[in-house]
Amino acid sequence: MFSLVRTLWDVFLHSFKPRVTRQYPEQPAYVPPRWRGRIILSRDPDGGERCVGCYLCAIACPVDCIALQATEDATGRRYPEFFRINFSRCIFCGYCEDACPTYAIQLTPDFEMSEYKRQNMVYEKEDLLINGTGKYPGYNFWRVAGVKIGGKDKGQAEREEPPTDLRQLMP
Amino acid sequence: MNVIAFYIAAAIAVLTTVLVITRKNAVQALLYLAVSLISVAVIFYDLGAPFMAALEVIIYAGSIIVLFIFVVMMLNLGKRATEAESKLLHARMWIGPIILAGILIAELAYLLAQGNTRVGAAHVIPPRDVGLALYRPYLLGVEISSMLLMGALVGAYHLGWHKQRKPETQDANREHATSPDAGRGPVRTGSGRTVGAP
Amino acid sequence: MTSPYPFAAIFGILIVALTIASGLIWIERRLLALWQDRYGPNRVGPFGLLQVLADTIKLLAKEDWIPPFADKPVFIIAPAIIMITVLMSFAVIPIAPGIIISDLNIALLFFLAMSSLGVYSIVLAGWSSDNKYSLLGGVRAAAQMLSYEVFMGLSLMGVVLLSGSFDLVDIVHAQRKIWFIIPQFLGFVLFLIAGLAETRRLPFDLPEAESELVAGFHSEYSGMKFGMFFVGEYLGVTLISAMITILFFGGWMGPVLPPIVWFLLKMFFFIGVFILMRASLPRPRFDQLMAWAWKLMLPLALANLLVTGAVVLAFFH
Repeated sequence: MFSLVRTLWDVFLHSFKPRVTRQYPEQPAYVPPRWRGRIILSRDPDGGERCVGCYLCAIACPVDCIALQATEDATGRRYPEFFRINFSRCIFCGYCEDACPTYAIQLTPDFEMSEYKRQNMVYEKEDLLINGTGKYPGYNFWRVAGVKIGGKDKGQAEREEPPTDLRQLMP
Repeated sequence: MNVIAFYIAAAIAVLTTVLVITRKNAVQALLYLAVSLISVAVIFYDLGAPFMAALEVIIYAGSIIVLFIFVVMMLNLGKRATEAESKLLHARMWIGPIILAGILIAELAYLLAQGNTRVGAAHVIPPRDVGLALYRPYLLGVEISSMLLMGALVGAYHLGWHKQRKPETQDANREHATSPDAGRGPVRTGSGRTVGAP
Repeated sequence: MTSPYPFAAIFGILIVALTIASGLIWIERRLLALWQDRYGPNRVGPFGLLQVLADTIKLLAKEDWIPPFADKPVFIIAPAIIMITVLMSFAVIPIAPGIIISDLNIALLFFLAMSSLGVYSIVLAGWSSDNKYSLLGGVRAAAQMLSYEVFMGLSLMGVVLLSGSFDLVDIVHAQRKIWFIIPQFLGFVLFLIAGLAETRRLPFDLPEAESELVAGFHSEYSGMKFGMFFVGEYLGVTLISAMITILFFGGWMGPVLPPIVWFLLKMFFFIGVFILMRASLPRPRFDQLMAWAWKLMLPLALANLLVTGAVVLAFFH
């Protein structure tokens, strides 16, 4: 019986203790830099799209929420014609980021993406594409890849030797 | 005494009592019985016996009928009980009650015909008077009924009291007693088989 | 001494009681949050005060579903019974001199009668839902409330002996010299526990017991029918607090402040105690509950009655 009264008193003393609740929208929550949140598509340092439309992210995605169509521009540079992520399906597992060979698709520390209409959860390419490089500032896929595109011939990439002329015998 | 209130309450009491008898579902019948008791309480209040009315509601409507409903709920009467009830409601079942009720009505009519039946609404009886009446002139009745209740209490306690068993020892004894015959208990490999059986 | 304006008193008390009861939903959530180091509802309106309004709108807009297997008339009438019985009890509560609907000479018995009729609401709700958890809740409610009613009445008889009346106004007047909490401390404790059990508040909320019976007797209820059970519970808390104030703490009596303010202050103090108990005490097992009622509380109530009767007979007669 005494323990009951003591319990009452102890609980009553909590009137004078600070509250542990964080008032969320006013006091924003700390989100670590590696948080797997809203997915973005990043750009080269030059401003070109990084995505080369290789479909690896769409294949890696366990819930099939990524849809894209690759195409080429006049100079032979691949890019996605459309790129669509259905965020009402996305589970933010980050497999797409792991699968991406060009660091184009990245997950950001942002989770506040509520919508009133479900259709608004489907993000198109213009919603996903950002004007920046994301987590990898200096990287440019087309500079290091040995592919010939407009303005860059074979052998002109970084750390790449000119192609060997196979018809010559001299080493 | 408010005559209109009296007649309304009396009509409700009669109607609900009829419904108590004719309902096939036990819980619904008990609900009508509770309403009937409450209307009787209103009549008591109207006749100037507020203490009696309050006790009627507290004890009959509030406790005893709730206990009945409790028991009916525990018994879990289903469709079977309703069918049995509807068999009971044949015309032949009504002969006895109708004769008895007819005798009562005839008696009441005779008394009313005698005239000089000014009952009720004389004065309000406060709880103090009830207590004084119970513990002065009717003390013997109170004591006898309290002894009766005590007996009922002891009997109920005796019925509800289980002798504390010792489950481990008892089960152990039973195990020893029944282990030779192989019909009971789990089948043991190799114990009951005849030689040469597959 | 009935109020000179009966209709004004009826509607005034009705509106105030219902407002307090629905306001209690907010008060309880805020106080529970305070004692659990949280904030509670603080978004809708100033300090979250409009939360109750939002909840009411939500309850009214919800689908009012009656299970097809339920006993429909009983299912509908069950939530009404608890509101009716508790609101009827408010008719005999003297809030201040002149603010009372009906000055009944058996007011205390009327209160006990109404609280005993309140059992029907729970039992019938549990039975008519035709759901095993609801039925278990109803059975528990019947056993619990019947057992605690017995010594609830007995624990009040000491007060009746001291004041010599069942009339609540007379009982308040009898406390002019000394509040009954001092001579009747045991009676007060017993009544507090019985009141908790009668209103099915948290230490004794076995009929609903969310963690074992999935809300027990009101599992199948939705919309405003559930809302009536909800408000009925808070009305019950208000009623029991008012009764404690009247029976043991001198009702409206107090210095300086006007009587009605004293009454409300005392009442809200006990409402706070009820909520504090909810915040801190665990739920007992059902057999413990019944054992306490019959083996501890009932003998204590009888002893209290016996001693009080002896003292009154020896010294005041």
